[in-house]
Amino acid sequence: MATVFESVGKETIDHLDYVGNLNIQWWATLRAMKSSLPFIGKRYRWRTAVQQMLQIGVDALPMVSLMAICTGFILAMQGATELRRFGALHYVIDLVAVGFTRELGPLLTAIAVSGRSGSAFAAEIGTMKVTEEIDSLRVMALDPIEFILAPKYLAALVSVPCLSIMCNVCGIMAGGLFMFFSTHLSPPLYFRDVLASIKLRDVVAGLIKSVAFATIIAHVSCLEGFRVAAGADAVGRSTTSAVVKSTFLVIVADAVFTAIFYFTGQA
Amino acid sequence: MAIVSVRDLVVEYDGRRVLDGLNLDIEHGETMVLLGGSGSGKSTLLRHIIGLERPKSGSVSIKGIDITNCSPADLKKVRHSIGVAFQSAALFNSLSVNDNIALPMREHTKLAPAIVDLVVWMNLAVVGLADFGKLHPQELSGGMKKRAAVARALALGPEILVLDEPSAGLDPIVAAELDELILLLKQTFEMTVIVVTHEMASAFRIADRIAMLYKGEFRSIGTKEEIKASQDPRVRQFLDRCPDARGKEPAIAAYFQKYLQSPEANL
Repeated sequence: MATVFESVGKETIDHLDYVGNLNIQWWATLRAMKSSLPFIGKRYRWRTAVQQMLQIGVDALPMVSLMAICTGFILAMQGATELRRFGALHYVIDLVAVGFTRELGPLLTAIAVSGRSGSAFAAEIGTMKVTEEIDSLRVMALDPIEFILAPKYLAALVSVPCLSIMCNVCGIMAGGLFMFFSTHLSPPLYFRDVLASIKLRDVVAGLIKSVAFATIIAHVSCLEGFRVAAGADAVGRSTTSAVVKSTFLVIVADAVFTAIFYFTGQA
Repeated sequence: MAIVSVRDLVVEYDGRRVLDGLNLDIEHGETMVLLGGSGSGKSTLLRHIIGLERPKSGSVSIKGIDITNCSPADLKKVRHSIGVAFQSAALFNSLSVNDNIALPMREHTKLAPAIVDLVVWMNLAVVGLADFGKLHPQELSGGMKKRAAVARALALGPEILVLDEPSAGLDPIVAAELDELILLLKQTFEMTVIVVTHEMASAFRIADRIAMLYKGEFRSIGTKEEIKASQDPRVRQFLDRCPDARGKEPAIAAYFQKYLQSPEANL
C-alpha cells in the first residue's frame, strides 16, 4: 500500500515540477523576448525570428491548407447527411463557417504545427544539448532562453494565428465547393451567408485559442529539448514526447477555452 | 593572487562523490594541464571552473570572484574573461565558421560589422583557417573544428583559455599542430591556459604545471619534471601505461575460472 502512495506521490510531484518548469520558462522567455523584437531588439535575433516564422508558417501552409480542405469537405458532407433529413441543408454553411472559425481552424493548425515544428524544436535543442552547444552559449555569457527560445516563441505567436486564419479560409472554401456541387449555390451567395453567420467574437475566440496553442507548442517542445540529458536516443524520446505532450495539452486547453467561452456567453 | 583558485571543492551526483575536496591555484600566464584517466573527474572539475555547474561545497574563484556564489551579473562579467573550446568543438551547425566566431563579438560588443569581420579573419588566420570561414562546421575535419573552436574562444580576447581534450580523436600530426598553436597563443597573448587531456605527449609539451587526478582527488600537482619524477604508484601507472589489475581481482578471476570449467565453455 505504501508503495502505491509513494508512486502516486512521486508522479504528482514530477508533474507539478514539469508544470512549474514550464511556467518558469514562460516568464523567462517573456522577459527575454524584447531582444527578438524588431527595431528595439537585436538585429540578429529578429532575423532568426523571421526565419522561424517562415519555417513554422509558410513552409506548413500547403500541409495545413490540404488538411483544412479535406476537413471542410468531411464536415460539410457529414453535416449535410443529417441536416438534409430535416430540410435544413442551408445550415451546413453555418456549421462549416462557425465550426472552422471557432474550433477546427485553430485546432487543426495546432496539431499540424505541433507535429512539424514542435518536433523540430525539441530535436534541435536536444541535439544542441548533446553536442554541448547550449553549454557553449552559457560560457559565452549568452542566455539560451534569450538566444534560442525567444525567437521561436515570437515566431510561433505570429505564425500560428496567421496559419489558423488560412486554415479557416481553406476549410470554408471547401464547404463552398461542396454546396456548389450539391445544391448549385453560387460562391457569392455562399460567402454572403458565411459572413452573415460568423460574428467578430467567433474570430477573436479562434485567435485567442491560436495564441494559447502557440504558447503551449513552443514551450512544451523547447522544454523537452532542454531536458535531454545525453545520447541520440534521448533526443528521439524528447521529440516524441514533445509532440505527444503538446498535442495533449492543446486539446486540454481547447476544452478549457471552449468551456470558458460557453459559460461566459461568448460562444 | 592566483587567477583561478579552487578551494575544498566537493561534487556529488546522486550521492556519488565525483570530486572530493580539491584544492588548486592557477597563476596568471600559466599553462595548467589537468591530467587523468577516464572517469577521474577532470571534465567535471573543468565544468565547475567555467561555472557550468554548482558544487555541493567548496568554492571556485576566478580573478577573485567566487563563481559558485556570485550574482548572475558577476558571473557574466567573469565569463567575458574566459574562452572555452569544448571537446566536441560545440560550434553552431546552423552558422558558418565566420558567424560562429563573430557571434560573441556581435552579442557583447558594439564593434562595427567591418571591424568584427576583420577580427574574425585575424582569429581564423591565427589558427590557420583563414580560407575556411565561409564553410559550415559540418564541412570541416575534426582538427579544423577544434581549431575553429579555439578561434571562437579567442574572439573576446579572454585572459583565460580553457581547452577540453583538444587532441582527443585527432591523428598525432594534427594533435602536435594543436599543441604548437596552444604554445603560440600563450606566448603571443600571455594568457592563462587550462587544458584537460589524457594525452601524455601533449601534456608534457604544453604544460607549465600538471595536476594529476585520480578518482576525484589530486594525486600529484607539480611541474613537468616533478610529475615525471613522481613515485606515486597511480602517477607511475599512468606515465608508464600499465594496465589496471582489475582482471586479477579474486571475484572476477573466480568467475572466469568457473566459466572455463563449465560444460558451456567446453562444448
